[in-house]
Amino acid sequence: MRIIVVGCGNVGSDLVDNLCAEGHDITVIDENEEAVNDLVNNLDVMGIVGNGASLSILEEAGVRQAQLLIAVTGSDELNLLCCLIAKKKGNCHTIARVINPVYNKESIYLRSELGLSMIINPQQEAAREASRLLKFPSAMQIDSFTKGRVELIKFKIEEGSWLCNKSLKEVGRNSTANVLIAVVERGEKVFIPGGDFILREGDAITVAGLTSKNIAFFKQMGFPTSKVKSAMIVGGGSTAFYLASDLISMGVKVKIIERDMQRCEELSEALPSASIIHGDGTNTSLLMEEGISNEGAFLTMTGIDEENIMLAMYAKSIGEHKLITKVHRVAYDEIIGKMDIGSVIYPKYLVSEKIVRYVRAMQNSVGSNIETLYKMCDGKVESLEFVIGEDFPLIDVPLKDAKIKPNVLICSINHKGTITMAGGNSVIKPGDTVVVITTETGFSDFKDILA
Amino acid sequence: MNHSVIRYILVNVILFEGVFMIPSIIVALIYGEKEGFTLAAVMAACIAFGFIGRCFKPKSTTFYAKEGFVTVALAWMIMSIIGAIPFYVTGSIPNYIDAVFETMSGFTTSGGTILTDVEHLSKSIQFWRLFTHWLGGMGVLVLILAILPLSGSYNLYLMKAESAGPSVGKFVPKIKDTAKILYSIYLGITIIEIIALCITGLPLYDAMTLTFSTVGTGGFGLLNDSIGSYSMTTGCVIIVFMLICSINFNLYFLLLKGKIKDVFKSEELRLFFIIVIVATLAVFFNIRKLYSGTTESLYHSLFQVASIISTTGFSTVDFNRWPDFSKNVLIIITLIGACAGSTGGGFKVSRVLILYKSIKNELYTLVHPRAVKKVHVDGKILSSSLIHSVGIYLAIYVIIFGISCILLSLDGYLNFESVFTSVAANLNNVGPGFNLVGPMDGYAKLSYFSKIVLIFDMLIGRLELIPVLILFTPRTWKKLD
Repeated sequence: MRIIVVGCGNVGSDLVDNLCAEGHDITVIDENEEAVNDLVNNLDVMGIVGNGASLSILEEAGVRQAQLLIAVTGSDELNLLCCLIAKKKGNCHTIARVINPVYNKESIYLRSELGLSMIINPQQEAAREASRLLKFPSAMQIDSFTKGRVELIKFKIEEGSWLCNKSLKEVGRNSTANVLIAVVERGEKVFIPGGDFILREGDAITVAGLTSKNIAFFKQMGFPTSKVKSAMIVGGGSTAFYLASDLISMGVKVKIIERDMQRCEELSEALPSASIIHGDGTNTSLLMEEGISNEGAFLTMTGIDEENIMLAMYAKSIGEHKLITKVHRVAYDEIIGKMDIGSVIYPKYLVSEKIVRYVRAMQNSVGSNIETLYKMCDGKVESLEFVIGEDFPLIDVPLKDAKIKPNVLICSINHKGTITMAGGNSVIKPGDTVVVITTETGFSDFKDILA
Repeated sequence: MNHSVIRYILVNVILFEGVFMIPSIIVALIYGEKEGFTLAAVMAACIAFGFIGRCFKPKSTTFYAKEGFVTVALAWMIMSIIGAIPFYVTGSIPNYIDAVFETMSGFTTSGGTILTDVEHLSKSIQFWRLFTHWLGGMGVLVLILAILPLSGSYNLYLMKAESAGPSVGKFVPKIKDTAKILYSIYLGITIIEIIALCITGLPLYDAMTLTFSTVGTGGFGLLNDSIGSYSMTTGCVIIVFMLICSINFNLYFLLLKGKIKDVFKSEELRLFFIIVIVATLAVFFNIRKLYSGTTESLYHSLFQVASIISTTGFSTVDFNRWPDFSKNVLIIITLIGACAGSTGGGFKVSRVLILYKSIKNELYTLVHPRAVKKVHVDGKILSSSLIHSVGIYLAIYVIIFGISCILLSLDGYLNFESVFTSVAANLNNVGPGFNLVGPMDGYAKLSYFSKIVLIFDMLIGRLELIPVLILFTPRTWKKLD
């Protein structure tokens, strides 16, 4: 597919990287020559230096032939203008990044009036992710499928856990909850485990199960399952704002520490029920004074990655909080993954994931179809939700008899609203939606999983 | 330095070289020549080696500019070394260094020959000799990029290192598609010329081989007097196609997209035609008394100017016997060369344009010390790093030119004019020089040392200096850098 990406910043470059890996024809536009050159030298894309809202630049980029324009510059207005012009000139799909909460409130109106296909807000995505994690604090990451009824929950096997040195068969025998252990990460390696796979201390495992049954499994395994009561957020940027509003609506007490007085006042106006503290969040005595040790969750949302990571490590050392850390730069994800700082949120990943999902769905608008796509474990694993078409060759064949590619796991089947976790005797019927977990990337049709 | 990726690409190059010999083998079959066996044996060896080598996938695919330059330089050397084998084994060229010289001259589209009698070559060997021009014109790695699924971003580095011109860009987002478009345009021009030459009365074999030589802007001929014995109509077709192939191929892409206005806005194109017209008129007035009619003198002067500026090196007459003024004009256009992004060699018109504009700019800022002025080409501002790199390019060019001249002057056979023009002609991939290495003389009588120097000059010139220099920089090969 021909795609134009305007803006080669943090979000843009990661997005281009992902789209490129999927094999699309990409043209990038940015005013910063260096940023464009960096991308062109490292990826197989074409670069144009200039203002993405200028018609001549867009024409040079081939807007008439393009199917999709994604505007992810730092300026909301520029993004919207780019999309508007592209829509009028090229009649392509358009996706704009809009950060400002003022516009965000009106995003539905903007979308329909400007003919946008999607408005994406990395900060809001990050906030949603964080609040989902806080609902279930043992988890490092939660993704939901089938309108929230199937969840993939990632957590770490701590020292002394019951799961240590157990094979998956044993785990299955000892648990009444019908869940699947779908993915195991050990160091930098990722496995889709079979029945004889033995879990070890330090493994990060992803469990797939019905949302209603997952809690039972975790209770049986002895994990704390209650949601947090109070949260402290360091840094009062827009992520913190969205997060705080989500948490308040969940009934969590929120405390935000922000350095800039003016921003504090803005937050205080917008979030009357949150306590806003004016001060330097990196100052440990301030944190102590504000009662960090009593908080259920500690969320670091400043704009500086290093500060966020250091603060999370500090919090880890003084208490048992649920920690969520926001990191912008992806380059060090493997090292950060090894550090014991709880859940890490990469706003960039969330954005690329959402857009890649949209692009894949655009690609196969007929026949079998991707409903949802999540990239997990630093993009090494994908979980996809497909709708089964009439022409699927293995209708009514029990899964144990179906030949499926290695490293592919069929996770759950939704048959007319009844969701079952897939087993050897499960069958697939047309119209079902199926969740598949795989270490292969680039599947766009359910038939692709067949060997 | 990632040796395994380089090895993998080089193995592919060898495989492709085997495939490239197939047309010559077909020619041998048609004419029933025994040289076909040699070609087939070399082909089989290359393909077998290639397939075995391809089984060993590279350990990692990290690939940066450094690897790109080294790969391209090595690939061209290997191609010439292997491509020379059929000449040597069949006895067409009895000495291996001579055979490498001839092959390098073919792949780099120089066209200087060590053969004193090209007419005795068998048809299949002759076909292979001229086919190297066609391959070298657009670049072999570009062709491989168009065909092979060498996934990964590193392709741009390969293309940058092989393609000619100060700044190499893509037409379309994917390098593979860009390479395909380039080769389609190239193939289109080739087919049109073959048809045109057939219409002027040439047999298909002659039309094909001469086309390879023209569109690759090479310069090997089928006859000892190059183009001299062909009719004036044939000559005119060749003039047109030599000029077509020395224009930036980007412009053809624009033309195909219907952006005709943008094509004529190209300052490089305008300068190129100004140079061609001025040089032709200058030569014409100088030689008009040598030939019987105005038409004939105009034809010879236009043919020679087009042949030299496109760095082809064909000749209709022995221009070595022309007056000094004409020879000097031809030397100047030898040094300028064709447009960037074409199949021609030389210093490139676009570099001349950039240098001219930056000199003008420099003078302007000397007169108005506080002036702020940018260099524009085609309505776009040139980055100072590009201007800087063109300046550096000129400096390296002069240094290599000087060193080559000194090394060549060790050859007792050559006099000053021959030394200077043979370096100029080979570094710019034109082919024939003046005096003792004129269009009718060739390089046969030079010492082997001089031939090796010229082999390197051709390679350095075709790959635009940098790749070969990087290959021979010790720092490139150190593990820790």
